[in-house]
Amino acid sequence: MIASKSNTYLTLSGLEPLVVTPESNFINVGERTNVTGSRKFLRLIKEGNFDEALSVARDQVEGGAQILDVNMDEGMLDGKAAMVRFLNLIASEPDIARIPIMIDSSKWDIIEAGLQVVQGKCVVNSISLKEGEDEFIRQAKLIKRYGAAVIVMAFDEVGQADTYERRIEICERSYNILVDKVNFPPQDIIFDPNIFPVATGMEAHRLNALDFFNATKWIRENLPYANVSGGVSNVSFSFRGNSVVREAINSAFLYHAIQHGMNLGIVNPTMLEVYDEIPKELLKHVEDVLFDRHDNATEDLLDFAETVKGTKKDDERKVLEWRNDDLQDRITYSLVKGIDTFIIEDVEQARLATQKPIEVIEGHLMTGMNTVGDLFGSGKMFLPQVVKSARVMKKAVAYLQPFIEAEKDGKQEYAGKILMATVKGDVHDIGKNIVSVVLGCNNYEIIDLGVMVPPEKIIQTAIEEQVDVIGLSGLITPSLDEMVYLSKAMNKEQMTIPLIIGGATTSKAHTSVKIAPHYDHTVVHINDASRAVTVVGNLLQKDNRLYKAQIREEYDKFREQFLNRGKRKEYLTIEEARQNKYNINWETSEIIKPNQLGIKIIEDFDIAKLEGFIDWSPFFRSWDLHGKYPEILNDEVVGEQAQELFKDAKVLLNKVLNEKLLKAKAIFGLFPANTVNDDIEVYNENGELMETFLTLRQQLKKREGVPNHALSDFIAPKDSGKQDYIGAFCVTTGFGTQELASQYEAENDDYNSIMIKAIADRLAEAFAEYLHKEVRTSYWSYAKKENLSNEDLIKESYKGIRPAPGYPACPDHLEKKTIWNLLEVEQKIGVKLTESLAMWPAASVSGYYFGNPEAKYFGLGKITEDQLKDYAKRRRISESEARKWLSPNLIND
Amino acid sequence: MAFCYVITTMPNILEEINKRILVLDGAMGTMLQRYEFSEEDFRGERFKTYPVPLKGNNDLLSLTQPHAIAEVHERYFEAGADIVETNTFSGTTIAMADYQMEHLVEELNFESARIAKQVANQFTKRTPDKPRFVAGSIGPTNKTASMSPDVNRPEFRAVTFEELRVAYKQQVNALIDGGVDLLLVETIFDTLNAKAALFAIEEVKEERQINIPVMVSGTITDASGRTLSGQTVEAFLTSVSHMPLLSIGFNCALGAEQLKPYLKRLSHLTTFYTSAHPNAGLPNAFGAYDQSPKEMQSLIESYLKEDLINIIGGCCGTNPEHIKAIAEVAKNYKPRSIKTYAS
Repeated sequence: MIASKSNTYLTLSGLEPLVVTPESNFINVGERTNVTGSRKFLRLIKEGNFDEALSVARDQVEGGAQILDVNMDEGMLDGKAAMVRFLNLIASEPDIARIPIMIDSSKWDIIEAGLQVVQGKCVVNSISLKEGEDEFIRQAKLIKRYGAAVIVMAFDEVGQADTYERRIEICERSYNILVDKVNFPPQDIIFDPNIFPVATGMEAHRLNALDFFNATKWIRENLPYANVSGGVSNVSFSFRGNSVVREAINSAFLYHAIQHGMNLGIVNPTMLEVYDEIPKELLKHVEDVLFDRHDNATEDLLDFAETVKGTKKDDERKVLEWRNDDLQDRITYSLVKGIDTFIIEDVEQARLATQKPIEVIEGHLMTGMNTVGDLFGSGKMFLPQVVKSARVMKKAVAYLQPFIEAEKDGKQEYAGKILMATVKGDVHDIGKNIVSVVLGCNNYEIIDLGVMVPPEKIIQTAIEEQVDVIGLSGLITPSLDEMVYLSKAMNKEQMTIPLIIGGATTSKAHTSVKIAPHYDHTVVHINDASRAVTVVGNLLQKDNRLYKAQIREEYDKFREQFLNRGKRKEYLTIEEARQNKYNINWETSEIIKPNQLGIKIIEDFDIAKLEGFIDWSPFFRSWDLHGKYPEILNDEVVGEQAQELFKDAKVLLNKVLNEKLLKAKAIFGLFPANTVNDDIEVYNENGELMETFLTLRQQLKKREGVPNHALSDFIAPKDSGKQDYIGAFCVTTGFGTQELASQYEAENDDYNSIMIKAIADRLAEAFAEYLHKEVRTSYWSYAKKENLSNEDLIKESYKGIRPAPGYPACPDHLEKKTIWNLLEVEQKIGVKLTESLAMWPAASVSGYYFGNPEAKYFGLGKITEDQLKDYAKRRRISESEARKWLSPNLIND
Repeated sequence: MAFCYVITTMPNILEEINKRILVLDGAMGTMLQRYEFSEEDFRGERFKTYPVPLKGNNDLLSLTQPHAIAEVHERYFEAGADIVETNTFSGTTIAMADYQMEHLVEELNFESARIAKQVANQFTKRTPDKPRFVAGSIGPTNKTASMSPDVNRPEFRAVTFEELRVAYKQQVNALIDGGVDLLLVETIFDTLNAKAALFAIEEVKEERQINIPVMVSGTITDASGRTLSGQTVEAFLTSVSHMPLLSIGFNCALGAEQLKPYLKRLSHLTTFYTSAHPNAGLPNAFGAYDQSPKEMQSLIESYLKEDLINIIGGCCGTNPEHIKAIAEVAKNYKPRSIKTYAS
C-alpha cells in the first residue's frame, strides 16, 4: 500500500485551502466565536440568535482571521447541539465557510459532533495526555480518521507543564505516541506549550515567557514538521488596566514567540501594539521581563509602568481627587464604587440643600443608582459590586428615614412591588437574596417572605399587598414541584400577577413545559440577577401587553421545540440494564474492614482546620462570577472583581474563625453491608438488618463495553459470600449562620448577609471533604498511606467516593430519610429535614461512603417506567408518590 | 450471510500502475440502455409482485439480468479496460430507499462484485501479462451531509455523517465479500459524504485486517471550478488526503476538455496517483452525449502529453468504442510520474 505522501506542511481547508509553509506569515485564529471568551457571542448563542452569531463569524473572516475557532463550552448550553447548529449554518455561508474551522471544546462528544458536520479539514482544539495514554490514542485515532489536524496541550496525567523541561517532556512523549502508535501525520500536529502570565511578582513565574520560547524552539527543531500555537493575551494578565504596557507585552511576546517558531495562534488584534512602535525604553523593560534578564526585571517594569499613560499613579491621585467633585458626582461615585465612608456626610449635605428629605432619595441617590444599573446592564459592573452599591444605598436611606417620617407628607415612590420567596420545603436563599438586592437597587419595593414559604402565604400576601410581580426560588429538585403546585393554585385564585422562576435546578425547559401551561398569565424563567431587572422593568412598563404576549409565544415555542426535539435516546429495560451492571471481581477485589464499626459524633469541631479544604470555585459562581479558582483571580473579564470579592470573603472568614461565630458538627457511621440486586442492606455488628439503601440504575443504552451503573455495583453482593462495608454521614457548619445573616441585614448590610451564607456553604463542603479524608485514612483506614494535596482533594483524586442523595449519582432525596434513621442525625446533631427533604441549617452535607477503589461518580440520567414501578415496590410507596420524587429523572416526564 | 469467495489469483495493481497507464471502463448506464429493458425485465421472476416500480433501478439488474451485466463488463475488457467498476453506484440503504430495497443492499453488492470478478478472472487467465481488476463502485447517495435541501432551514440536514458511515460500511463489506480488488469512491459532490465513506472504509480495513486500495474521484460541477458543496480543487484534495489513497481524480459533469484545467491543478499538487473518467463531452440539447470516440481520444491524448494521468476512463455517454480509442493512445504514453510542485 502506498503511504500517505502528502506534503510536509500543515494543510487545512474550508471551501478553500490553507497551507502553512515556512514562508507563511503567522497564522491568525479568529477567537470571537467562542462562548468562553466573548460575552457577546455567549449571549447571542444563549438567546438562540444564530443570525447575529453568524455575523460575528463573518466579521472575523473579513477582519483577516485565517482559521475560525468555534467554542460552545458553557454549562447552560447544550454544547453539542449549539456546535452542530452553528457549524451547519456556517456551511451555508460561503464567505465564512471559505476558511478552515477550529473545533474548540474540552468535551470529546462536542468535538466529535463538530467533526461530523464539517466537510473541510479542521483543527481539533484540543487533546492531551491528561486522561492518560489510552484515551489520548483513542481520540487521536478518531481525529485522524475524520481527517482533521489537532492541537495537543502540554498537559499530562500529572498536570499542566509549567517549566521548560516539563513542556518538552510532554510534547516529545505526545509526539512519539501520535507518530509511532497512531501513525498521525506529524505536520498535522500543533503543540500548545502553555502561555502563562509574566511579571506576577512570583519567583516561580519569572521564566514563564522564556520557557515558552525555548520550548517552542525545541519543538520546532526536534519534532519534525510539528507546529506551535498559543493564546497570546494570557501573557500580560498581570497588567490588566494598563493597556499601554499590556499591548507592549503582547506584541513583544508575539514577536519573539514567532522568532522562536510559533507559527499560529490566537491573538486579539485590538490588544496588540505594533512591535516597532513600542517606545524603546518600555520595550527594554518588557524584554528584560520576557527573557528574565536580571533579578529586578519585574520590579523595574512595574516602576516604569507607573510612568506610562493610564497608570496606577493616576488612579491613586484620582482616589484623592474625587472628593473635590460636586455633590452629585460624589454620591454617584460612592454608589458605583461601593464606598460607604463618606455617604452619610454627603447625604446630609444633600438633605440640607433640598426642600424635602425624600428628594435626596428620588434625586441624588436614584441618579447614582441609575448609573449603577446602566453599568451592570452593559456588563461593566459585576454582581458583587452591585450588592455593595446596595449596601451604601441602604445606609443612606436609613439615615434619611427619620427625617422623612418627621415630615410625614413624603413617602418614597417605588417603581413597583415585588414579592420574593423560597418555596415550601426549601431553605436555600442566596440566589433569591441577590435578586432581591439587585431589584431593590433599581427602586423596587421588595417584600421578602424568606425561606420555606407555604403557597397559601405567598398567595395571601400577594393579594393583600397588591404586589406587581411574584418571584419564586428553589435549589433542590422537589422545589420544582412546589412551583408547579403554586402556579396551579394561583390560577385557581384567578390571579393575574406575573410569576418569575429562578434557582439552581430551575430551567427554561422546566418553566415552559411544567409551569407555564398551568398559569394563564405571564411566567418567566430567569437565571441571573442582571436579567431580573430587565424582565421586571418590561413587565411593569405601562403597556406591557405586547411584552407579555411575546413571552407567552416564546415559551410556547420553546416548549414545542423541547417536546419535539429530535434526539430520541435509546433506553434499556431495567432488567437489561442490570445485566449490564458494572462488575467488580469480588474474588480479587480487596475489601478492607473499618477499624471502628458503628456511629461516631463530632461536636465543637474547630472550623479553622477547614480553611485549606475549601473549594472556592462554586463560591465565585454563587456571585455570578464564572471561572475556576485560582485562575479566576487573573481572568481577563472578571479577574479584578474576583480578587476584590475574594479579599472580602477572606476578611469575613477570618472573623468567623477568630470569633468562632459558626458551629460545626458531624455524625457518621461505618457498617457491614451487602447488596441484593440494586438494594444495599446495612447491618449492625451482629449482622442484623438495620436499614436498606435503594439505588437507581442508569438505563441509557451505552456504547459497547460501557456498563449501566448503580451505586450498589460498588458493594459486594450477598451471594458472593464476602462481607463488605458502607458508611453514611452528615456534616454541618450552618449553626449560627442565620443569626449572623440577620444581624447583617439589620445593619443594612446585604453584602455580608449573603456572604456569610456563601461561606458557610463552602465550609460545609470543606467539612465533608475533611471528614471523608479522616474516614479514609483513619476510621475506615482503607487508604492509610494516602498523601494528597488539597487541590487533589478538590479534584476528587482519592480512592472511594462520597455521593450525596439529591445529586447526580443518586437523585433520590428519600434516601436522606434512610440516612437520618440509620444515624439518628436529628436527635444527635440537630440537623433537620424539611418536608421537601432539604437539610436545615442549609450549610449541611450528607451522603454515603463507598470504599472500593473501583467506586466512581456517575450521573444517573433518565430512567424509564419499569424502573419506576420496581422502585415504588422496593420503597413500599405508591407509584404516584414515587413519580413525584423521581420526576426530574423520568424519561417521559 | 454465508457468502464466501475464494481468490484464485492475486494480481497486484500497485505493480501494474507503475508499469503503464491503467484504463478504467466507461459508462454502465449507457450500455444498459441498449438492452431497452422493460419494467418486467427489471423485475424478473423474483420481484414480479414488488409493490413499487423498479424500472430505472440499474443496480437491481445484477440480480434480475446478471448476464447483461456480465456482458457489459466483457465488452469493456475486450475494448482494453484494465479495471471495470461494479454495478453498485446506488448500492446503499440510503440510495435504495427510493425502491424500498434497503434489505437487498448486501446481496446487490455481493452479486455485482462476484459477477465482475468472474469476468475479470476469465480475462486475466486469457492474458496473464495484463491482469484485470474490479473496482467496487461507491456512489455519493442521493443526499448531502453538508448542505440543506431546504433553503429556509439552512441548518437542517437530510442525512447525517453517522447514517452515511453505517450505510457505506455495509456496502464496503459486501463488495469485499464479493471479491473486489479495490474500492472507488466516486462522483463526490459533497466532500462530507466522501469523508463518511472513507471513515467507513478505514473501519472495515481495521476490522478485517486488510489493506485494500482506495480510489477517490470528485466531481467539479461547472465552470466555477468547484464541487457542488463549494470546495475548490485544492480544498477538496486537502479534505480527503488523510487516508492512504491509491489515486485521486475527477469524473462526471464535465467533458475531457472542460475538466483539463482542474485535473492539471490536482495533478501538480498531489503525490497520490491521479485518475479521470470524464463524460463524452457536454450533453446536447436533448441531454444526450455525442462526442465521438475519435474526438475524445484526441482530448485524452493531450492529458497524456502533459503527463497528467495514471488511470483514465469514461463516465456518462462513453461506451466500449470510446474506451477502445482511449486504450489505444494510452499504451503509447508513460504513466504520470509522481512529483510535487511545492504549493
